[in-house]
Amino acid sequence: MAKFFAVTIILIAIGSAIPIVRGTWTQPVDISTHGHEIDKQFHETMWEAGLAFLAAQIILAVFIWTSSSRSADAKIGHFPGGATGLVLAAILLVGTEVLALGIFGVNAWAKVYFAPPGPDAMPIQVQAGQFAFYFRYPGPDGKFGPIHPDKIDEANLNFFGLDYDEPASKDDIVTAEMAIPMNREIHLLMHSKDLGHSFYVRELRVQQDFVPGLDVSLHFTATKPGKYEIVCTQLCGLGHYNMKTYLEVMTPQDFDDWLKKEAAMQ
Amino acid sequence: MATTVHEPPQVARRMPSAADNGGGGRRDAVPANGNRRLLQDDSSPASRTGIWVAIAAITMTFLAFTSALVVRQGASSDWRHLALPRILYFNTLVLLLSSGTLEIARRRFRSFIYGAEGQRVAVLRALYATLGLGLLFIAGQYAAWLQLKAAGLYLATNPNSSFFYVFTAVHGLHVLGGLAGLAYVIRKLNKSALRRSTLNATSHYWHFMDVLWVYLLLVLWMKL
Amino acid sequence: MHDVSAHAAQHHAPPQGFIRKHVFSLDHKVIGKQYYALALVAVFTGMVLSWLMRIHLGWPNFAIPGLHLLSKTGAPGNMMTPEYYLQLMTMHGTIMVFFVLTTAPFAAFGNFFLPIQVGAEDMPFPRFNMMSFWVTFVAFLVLISAFFVPDGPPLSGWTAYAPLSAVGAVAGPGQGTGQVLWAASIAIFCIGQLLGSLNFITTTLDMRTKGMSLMRLPLTAWAWFITSCMGLTAFAVLMPACILLILDHVAGTSFFVASNLVINDQLQPHAGGSTLLWQHLFWFFGHPEVYIAIVPGMGIVSHVLITNMRRPLLSAKVMIASMTSIAFLSYMVYGHHMFVSGMNPTSSLVFSFPTLIITIPATIITLIWIGSLYGSKLRINSASLFALGFISMFVSGGVSGFFLAQPSIDIMLHATYFVVGHFHLVMAVAAIFGIFAGTYFWFPKMTGRMMNETLGKIHFWLSFVGAYCIFMPFHYLGIMGNVRRYAQFVDDYLQPVLGVHKFITVAALLTGAAQLIFLYNLIYSRFWGEKAPDNPWEGTSLEWSTASPPPFDNFGGKHLVVHHDPYQYGVKGSAGDYIMQTSPEPSPTGD
Repeated sequence: MAKFFAVTIILIAIGSAIPIVRGTWTQPVDISTHGHEIDKQFHETMWEAGLAFLAAQIILAVFIWTSSSRSADAKIGHFPGGATGLVLAAILLVGTEVLALGIFGVNAWAKVYFAPPGPDAMPIQVQAGQFAFYFRYPGPDGKFGPIHPDKIDEANLNFFGLDYDEPASKDDIVTAEMAIPMNREIHLLMHSKDLGHSFYVRELRVQQDFVPGLDVSLHFTATKPGKYEIVCTQLCGLGHYNMKTYLEVMTPQDFDDWLKKEAAMQ
Repeated sequence: MATTVHEPPQVARRMPSAADNGGGGRRDAVPANGNRRLLQDDSSPASRTGIWVAIAAITMTFLAFTSALVVRQGASSDWRHLALPRILYFNTLVLLLSSGTLEIARRRFRSFIYGAEGQRVAVLRALYATLGLGLLFIAGQYAAWLQLKAAGLYLATNPNSSFFYVFTAVHGLHVLGGLAGLAYVIRKLNKSALRRSTLNATSHYWHFMDVLWVYLLLVLWMKL
Repeated sequence: MHDVSAHAAQHHAPPQGFIRKHVFSLDHKVIGKQYYALALVAVFTGMVLSWLMRIHLGWPNFAIPGLHLLSKTGAPGNMMTPEYYLQLMTMHGTIMVFFVLTTAPFAAFGNFFLPIQVGAEDMPFPRFNMMSFWVTFVAFLVLISAFFVPDGPPLSGWTAYAPLSAVGAVAGPGQGTGQVLWAASIAIFCIGQLLGSLNFITTTLDMRTKGMSLMRLPLTAWAWFITSCMGLTAFAVLMPACILLILDHVAGTSFFVASNLVINDQLQPHAGGSTLLWQHLFWFFGHPEVYIAIVPGMGIVSHVLITNMRRPLLSAKVMIASMTSIAFLSYMVYGHHMFVSGMNPTSSLVFSFPTLIITIPATIITLIWIGSLYGSKLRINSASLFALGFISMFVSGGVSGFFLAQPSIDIMLHATYFVVGHFHLVMAVAAIFGIFAGTYFWFPKMTGRMMNETLGKIHFWLSFVGAYCIFMPFHYLGIMGNVRRYAQFVDDYLQPVLGVHKFITVAALLTGAAQLIFLYNLIYSRFWGEKAPDNPWEGTSLEWSTASPPPFDNFGGKHLVVHHDPYQYGVKGSAGDYIMQTSPEPSPTGD
């Protein structure tokens, strides 16, 4: 039975690796300017984790095979190097590997979080609430009108709680889908209406929680036109599975047209 | 398969003593000379370790509450300074005094177990004093709550009042636990079955209630 | 040469009466079995919940027969509503993490075997020990009662993030009474575990018999000791968090709920609370908790393997040091659950480094096991199969940790099935395999009867292959971004993987059914299994020096003297294949 077990382990290990090697299920194509660093980290990690996984499972299987067929009178063999060798190997190999991954990963993280948005970044607000995202563009005056939570009235489509008598709010454009011009940095200003949510666009390589009580922000630039799904990834209630909308990345001309059309519908 | 003739497990020829590497099991056996009171000097390490384990856990709980206070204070601008009711300082003195009486009880107990029979009453007096002062502390804490209520400060009024009630309530509950321990000690002493280790453990816990209270008072005074 | 000294007077009289013997027992062995029984009920409950979840995910339009009996509002016409899916999911996670993974490997086996392995008659505080079980039992009842309140159990997940968990019923079904019952149950559970940890720590430090130094303790004893130290600090932090959560619900406080929140067009009355505070408090407990779930299993694997390899590990000291490092590091890594939570991004980087570093002791432990297999004389039986299976599963579950430990990669994998795959492999599979290994190994000692080996092997094969079929695909789903905690998959990008979910569901149902073989084996063997000898596996540690099952005071009034560490297998020059810890035969290796 031990030999059968050893073979099973090896088959499972190789079988598990096949979809990875063949890329059967992968992340979608990256449409962001910062995503390639993340993808590079991912592929580096996959190589190292994958090799460690295969090596450990195969060696485990081989040792199960060999040790189970030794007679009861055989002498106990000692793994060369003993515990000391293994500890050193773990510290040196694993230690350097994980530290390298960690240190090089700082760059990818820093690009997203430590670099501030440029002065020309287009500000767009997003509000998350049970169970939809709403977006707000500042309009020609470039200013967002103040939010009054007590004025929120979903039935009358006042999602942000705006007072339309206030000058800054008059030209704000509120939409249910997000459109952005390609190759333009976007500064996404995030807040939650009610409880925890999260903003995830796979192609854009962004995921960020909304924190009730805090204003959080993200910035990114999209490089490829198309329609991409925005989904909520933090459990927010019964409608969590259905809390989604679309991000459309357009040419600058198309975006201007879209914005004008949306403004007219306010 | 190799077989081995096994020696049956070797057994100790004498009663384990505290000098052993752990004594194994209970220590209820009566010493050969029938002098039960000697039993009371048996310092069982288990209760000493045990009480420090409990103290460690309670410390972690209050550290968690403290960090909750610090984070909550930083989360919002709704922190409203709360003037601590003055009776708290009186209560602190009462509690510290009770630690004093408990120490007196401990010292008297030591001479009691080495033969001074008449000392039992003296020990009991000091223990009852500790119990009484402990109850007075609880009453005083409740009085502090009443003072806050009179000032319109309830549990949910503002975050400061919330933490005040939570800290004092949780500490108070642990003091009540300590009082139950003291009552247990008194009962055991009355039956001549009190171990020194039990009294020691109870004392450590009680003194810890003091230290913890002084710490909490400091946090409340600095932060609230 | 028989040493039948007039043994010391029995230290305590045997219990009398059914209640004292089997219900409110002070005997650590009975308490251990009670915990095991509780964990068994909990694991089957949790498993059935997972079946309901998986059936719904695979076939969302299928009306599950009888479901409306469990909840009329949650499953009208037997069709599971999205909220009911989340409610089942919350209870599944809570029951499994608390009442199975903390209870069985630690409280059940630890209570039964720790005093025996150190050579004591019982734990030093038997009444607290008895209380710890009954408090845990009450916690279980309080949790289950959430199924029966009108709005049902909470839907906020076992992690119960605020404000969803703190604002009350307005946030969704089950978020009122159900959530409060949940928080109360967990707070009560914490108290039970603290009482347990108290006994474990004092037993290990103060109750060891003559000759049993710390370094002569079996690795299971070390694992339980390390786990109880973690439990002491972790549960002591979760309890205040639950208390504050309950206050936000019932007393109108605002510890976790910020101002100006609007739910259902109503401005919520709370103000100023901190959303992230809950996450910090919860994960400060939560991360040590998962090591509490796995470390006893590591001890069991070491113990079972040593006996079945007929040799010691390459180094017990290194194993102990590694388990200790993991426990120590476990407090510094908790922020890796919060990388994209809105926490300061520098903190995310700070947390990622100890998270990556904890790989090192975990790797050392795995390498020591694998390296010890080399040149050993491996015996294959149900216990050793599950122990070896643990190693395979721990490797698989562990390597996915490499990815999640890095904040930049976590941007893509957070809250996806990749995380769910990771923690199920290490907890739902590896830790459970540890429980199985312990069961097959120690059942003879606990009950005096042997389990059926054939059934055990069948159970192993179906579980090992089945578990990989269920949980490996989770990683692929995660890589393509399949979000977790979805009651249904309606997003465009998820349509191509609905078939994968169906496959997983079938695998889950089949693997679940295989567990019935284990249950049957357990129950049948308990009453009709072949009688077990004192030392069926030819082990060296103290549990094998007494009868199967042990007498009420563990050693029949004898005070054992220990002469060796528990690793005297295959010692060159010794009389036989092994030397028991209590044997006065000198060991050629010197210990």
